[in-house]
Amino acid sequence: MTSIANRSMRFPYRIEVIPRLEKVPRWMPPLVSLGAVVTALVIGGIILAAVGGNPFATYAHIARASFGGLGVFSDTLVKATPLLLVGLACSIAFRMRLWNIGAEGQFMIGAFGASIVVLIPLLPETTPRPIMLLVMAIFGMAAGALWGLVPGLLKAKLNVNEIITTLMMNYIAVSWNYFFIFAVWSEGGFEMSKVFPKTAWLPRLSEYASQVPIFRGLTTHLGLVFGLVAAAVVWLIMYRSKWGYEIRLIGDNARAAEYAGIPIVRNTVLVMMLSGGLAGLAGMSEISGVVHRLQGNISPGYGFTGIIVAWLAKLNPFAVILVSILFGSLILAGREIQPSGIPKLIQGIILFTIIASDVLLRYRIRIVRVQEEA
Amino acid sequence: MCPGTISGTLDVSRIVFGETGMSQSVGKEYAIEMQGVVKQFPGVLAVDHVDLQLRQGEIHALLGENGAGKSTLMNLLAGLYRPEHGTISIKGDPAHLRSPRDAIKRGIGMVHQHFMLVPSQTVTENILLGLDEPRFLMRLSEYDQRVAKLSERFGLIVDPKAKIWQLSVGEQQRVEILKMLYRGADVLIMDEPTAVLAPQEIEELFRTLRSMTREGKSIIFISHKLREVMQVADRVTVLRKGQVTAAGLDVASTSTDELARLMVGRQVLFRIEKTPHQPGKVVLNIENIHADNDKGLEALSGLSLQVREGEIVGLAGIAGNGQTELAEAITGLRCITAGRIVVQDEDMENGCTLTAIRQGIAHIPEDRAAVGSAPNLNLTDNLIMKNYRHEPVARGWTINQTAANTWASGIKQEYDIIAPSIETPARLLSGGNLQRLILAREITAQPQLLVAAQPTRGLDVGAIEGVHRLLLAQRDAGAAILLISEELDELFALSDRVAVIYEGHIVGELEQEDRETVGLMMTGQWQQEPREPREPARSTAA
Repeated sequence: MTSIANRSMRFPYRIEVIPRLEKVPRWMPPLVSLGAVVTALVIGGIILAAVGGNPFATYAHIARASFGGLGVFSDTLVKATPLLLVGLACSIAFRMRLWNIGAEGQFMIGAFGASIVVLIPLLPETTPRPIMLLVMAIFGMAAGALWGLVPGLLKAKLNVNEIITTLMMNYIAVSWNYFFIFAVWSEGGFEMSKVFPKTAWLPRLSEYASQVPIFRGLTTHLGLVFGLVAAAVVWLIMYRSKWGYEIRLIGDNARAAEYAGIPIVRNTVLVMMLSGGLAGLAGMSEISGVVHRLQGNISPGYGFTGIIVAWLAKLNPFAVILVSILFGSLILAGREIQPSGIPKLIQGIILFTIIASDVLLRYRIRIVRVQEEA
Repeated sequence: MCPGTISGTLDVSRIVFGETGMSQSVGKEYAIEMQGVVKQFPGVLAVDHVDLQLRQGEIHALLGENGAGKSTLMNLLAGLYRPEHGTISIKGDPAHLRSPRDAIKRGIGMVHQHFMLVPSQTVTENILLGLDEPRFLMRLSEYDQRVAKLSERFGLIVDPKAKIWQLSVGEQQRVEILKMLYRGADVLIMDEPTAVLAPQEIEELFRTLRSMTREGKSIIFISHKLREVMQVADRVTVLRKGQVTAAGLDVASTSTDELARLMVGRQVLFRIEKTPHQPGKVVLNIENIHADNDKGLEALSGLSLQVREGEIVGLAGIAGNGQTELAEAITGLRCITAGRIVVQDEDMENGCTLTAIRQGIAHIPEDRAAVGSAPNLNLTDNLIMKNYRHEPVARGWTINQTAANTWASGIKQEYDIIAPSIETPARLLSGGNLQRLILAREITAQPQLLVAAQPTRGLDVGAIEGVHRLLLAQRDAGAAILLISEELDELFALSDRVAVIYEGHIVGELEQEDRETVGLMMTGQWQQEPREPREPARSTAA
């Protein structure tokens, strides 16, 4: 015990952590999140400076490259679109404390599901565009939902850890897609399918440039609208529906939910399917709105970034919109700076500070002077 | 861990290989002496001027009902709490125990009811955990041998190399005891050690305890089971409501009857006016059900019980005799393995809470926080738990938030739930307020059958009275109520009949207050006595 006494003599202050018993004021959670992002940028800046970069110039460049004009902002939105859908997918699963980290695989399989409509083909190239796109969206979602169904069933029926199963199924999904793009649908031996017919392309703003000149060259596509509608729907489900109430109750206290007669097994499966379906829709939107073919490397880890997006948004569907735009800009501008290193680093630090900042909401931290013990 | 205390914390060699130098004489010197010890918790005098003398080499039972202060008293001795008044002496020297580490240094070790072991590590690793030695190299085989020697010496047979998860509950308990012995404990406090054990394991434990006293150890054995106390202890101290009702009674010179009386006590009741009851038709009919507890041991073994309309049936019994499992079986939270439960002439679907709710069964769960509420959701969300499926709270597939909030505000006012607003998360409510919330939710559903498990546990006097009035009002409105409680006062004040549960079945029913009989039934003595016709109790065995 003597050593503790010695130590306290050297440090006359000590940090006291008291659990908060009262409700935190409304303004506090968003402010703490903002503070966490700022802290992350400061830490990132220090690292940038340490490796010889100029943090101010870097951040200014990121801002310019992603928000500096209509064109680049439109590109930011294109990057934000898959993040938005995947972020929603994660937030709905996380709300029920189902740790779906398989959004990446569900995204891939969603892209595959949408592709089969065009590549098998299930519908002829001459199908009217709205019907083609609708069928592709449905197939994409269904494929993603199927990819969520498997771990969902395993979790619900056999209590298999969903973290492991969803993670492992990511690799299966990637390999599955590679099999088709390298072999079955390979175009000239390259790892990509043929380009989809125009009827399978999600409309872009630039298509309407003849009517609205300002849209010229803007690549933002209909997938963004999917994402915005999905955010509203997820919000409605979560906070205004009986089902959402069940999900929130299970997430907060599964035993209480059981006591209230809520079927946990069924909800586990359904939520995993909805989560997978949203991620699958993101995959469809990406191939139909951006690359217009099934190919490798359609995701720079959208499925994993979606996890960060969901947490940063505190699982709130509308906050997911804002956060996905922020992360879209990091992905876009990141490429301007460095293909991989720094932007990923900043993302990682942001996740770290966000999770750490939760302590501030749950505890009151005080620094008190140590009383000398008699 | 403080690096300054490496030496002197314990001297392993002395314990393991050392002389049995402890004096074998009994009576001269007390291993532990507690005098006038007081411990106050907010609103409760948990331990009220308690004296306790533990002789060297004896097994001393500490007997009392739940909440009598047994555990608090022992936590004082184990250094977890500090007493407000009174002194604790160890072998005649006054001791000021500031922490469990302090207590173990002075040779006092406590084996808690819930084990603190690392499942993936071996017995030896668990025993060494937290010690300053070995320092860097584990040299496990050497320590395995020491542990083996120690376990042999005390008859605590367990393989030092076995991983904890491979061991039975009884063996895990031996590891906990070994942990304390290895740390040099001369006084062992066993907190309800038999609660988790199967009957054969209990026998083994008792043999071990006796062999330890032969080696000079002194043991405090906390229990509320009379039979076990009579079987294993040398002397017994009885606590009731924080006070000693019998100090250091010689077990040989007492009887279970006397101990039961000392433990349960006799006192004038505070009674609420109760109208004469007119029971109607049978609402709940339980026929010979069996069910397992969470550990897979049989908790209900052939239990039968009926509850009628407009009647409160009290269920008396010592905790852990199947009450929790019974409440869960009736409300669909637990599957039964045999028998049937009939509610309103309809067979209950096994293990389905939703059917139970639809059949009008309300449940006030024993564990308000862990089962009865969602801590981070707000009052409205907690109040609509049972009626969110129907109008007016539901509207089609949606929840009508306005209607839900209006309804919740009404309930909050009517039942006097004190909280800043209906947006307040449930975890911020006090125990009494949370219980009112749960009662309000369950009662407004106008249940046919209400299963109330420990509805007043931990509440203050005013709150208890409120809960009692609500229950009686429900009875008068025609509900059938099964009241599960450990408070005999409460049971006799409210119930029209009291059934007694022991080891998973009903041993008898009483219509009038007879504490002596209840005490005997609760402790399993009733069966062993000759079945003389003894009014007003009647057996339901037929």
